[in-house]
Amino acid sequence: MRPFAYVRARTVQEATAAHAAHPGARYLAGGTNLVDLMKLGVEAPETLVDVTRLPLDAVEELPDGGLRVGATVRNSDLAAHPLVRDRYAAVSRALLSGASGQLRNTATTGGNLLQRTRCPYFQDLTKPCNKRAPGSGCGARDGVHRDHAVLGHSYLCIATHPSDLAVALAALDAEVELHGPDGERTVPVADFHRLPGDHPELDTVIQPGELITAVTLPAATAGLPSAYRKARDRASYAFALVSVAAVLDLDEHGAVRHLGLAFGGLAHRPWRARRAEAALLGATPTAENVARAVAAELDAAEPLRDNAYKVPLAHRLAGAVIGGLAGTHRT
Amino acid sequence: MQPTTPPPPPDAYHSEVTLRVNGTPRALTVDHRTTLLDALREGLGLTGAKKGCDHGQCGACTVLVDGRRANACLLLAVALDGCDITTVEGVAKDGGDRLHPLQQAFLDRDAFQCGYCTPGQLCSALGMLAEAAAGHPSLATDPDAPPAQGAVPLTPDEIRERMSGNLCRCGAYPHIVQAVEDVIR
Repeated sequence: MRPFAYVRARTVQEATAAHAAHPGARYLAGGTNLVDLMKLGVEAPETLVDVTRLPLDAVEELPDGGLRVGATVRNSDLAAHPLVRDRYAAVSRALLSGASGQLRNTATTGGNLLQRTRCPYFQDLTKPCNKRAPGSGCGARDGVHRDHAVLGHSYLCIATHPSDLAVALAALDAEVELHGPDGERTVPVADFHRLPGDHPELDTVIQPGELITAVTLPAATAGLPSAYRKARDRASYAFALVSVAAVLDLDEHGAVRHLGLAFGGLAHRPWRARRAEAALLGATPTAENVARAVAAELDAAEPLRDNAYKVPLAHRLAGAVIGGLAGTHRT
Repeated sequence: MQPTTPPPPPDAYHSEVTLRVNGTPRALTVDHRTTLLDALREGLGLTGAKKGCDHGQCGACTVLVDGRRANACLLLAVALDGCDITTVEGVAKDGGDRLHPLQQAFLDRDAFQCGYCTPGQLCSALGMLAEAAAGHPSLATDPDAPPAQGAVPLTPDEIRERMSGNLCRCGAYPHIVQAVEDVIR
């Protein structure tokens, strides 16, 4: 690991100023991914700006019924928060589906969104990877890619985004608050992560020096039935092969008034299934209608040699999750 | 125990930190690259926390940081200035003369074979018991049940899910679950 300088920031202004003053700086939050990538040589910052002691560790109730989650709230604390469990069940379940108890105690809300892909080629300096070393090629495309993307991938990159939390946040219309050298801005979580396109080295739309300060959960989806379900190779402590987050609101006739649906494990970003949502709007969420709507979304899938199983798996998971929410909905 | 080599002077790549380890303040000069695990093992001679994978995947390095379980291999010591660290060396009572009930339960239940993962299993279980006592859910907790007032009851399914961050290559899992059950009864 390359030696690096260390700066502990006490305020957001101090953090962004320190980042600007030190070329090659990276923000350090929980570090559960960054420190590992530094050990692997994938990341080699010259300076770490420690943001773990910023006053961003609170979950605040907003006047309209939404929640504002500080960027340094630990995953375990967010998952256990009574208001999160009560109003945004999918967020709690997604967090509890990820990593281990130890890692959730350390990993933060902002850091979770910024974690890098676990593509083995990305993590191995001896292998080509356009995300880690642009122009070096993609080892996964013709290599080991059982865990890789089936939607929205490019010739240059077939990696998936590993976060569970981000999938739930995308389905629930959450937003990311960013604080940067040019001021503050807000980005929907569903638009925060990118597709790889010609620039797989860019995971998100975050600009150099920008810091995630909070994630906002909107009042519009507060208290609606929501769920998260994850298929993986082990019963616990494994990344998703496919995951599904959904939030469902039915009207008095049992027709869909609102559906937020997002997939994990299928793409370079949480895959918000807008086509399926539109197909179900105003319809009764019968098994047939759900299957037709999800099929409309997954028609765009372009599986690779060894990951075609993800398409029917995603189909069945989505059917089970939406069906479960429709069955438990109380009018 | 003191570091075996004199510490380098603080510079851009080193800092002085104080960790309160098992109740005792310990001042160290650390290379910023030093993980908590290496600071404990190499700097302070506390070799209870084990280096298994060194990538946060096996749990052998688990210690308690400000009372919460964490993977010491992924924490940078420099970022922990002022924190309370409990390692397996600090788990026994009366200065180490009396085993913690969980340690005794691991012995009684034969909850290990080679023992390499055991310090991490012990610290993880202690952290996990505190989390459950504080009402923290796990994926094994019924999301449709009203949130428990107080402690979450720890069924074997709950224990297995909550301990999934600690691997045991000897496969002592069934006895580890029994040992944890012993101390919650």
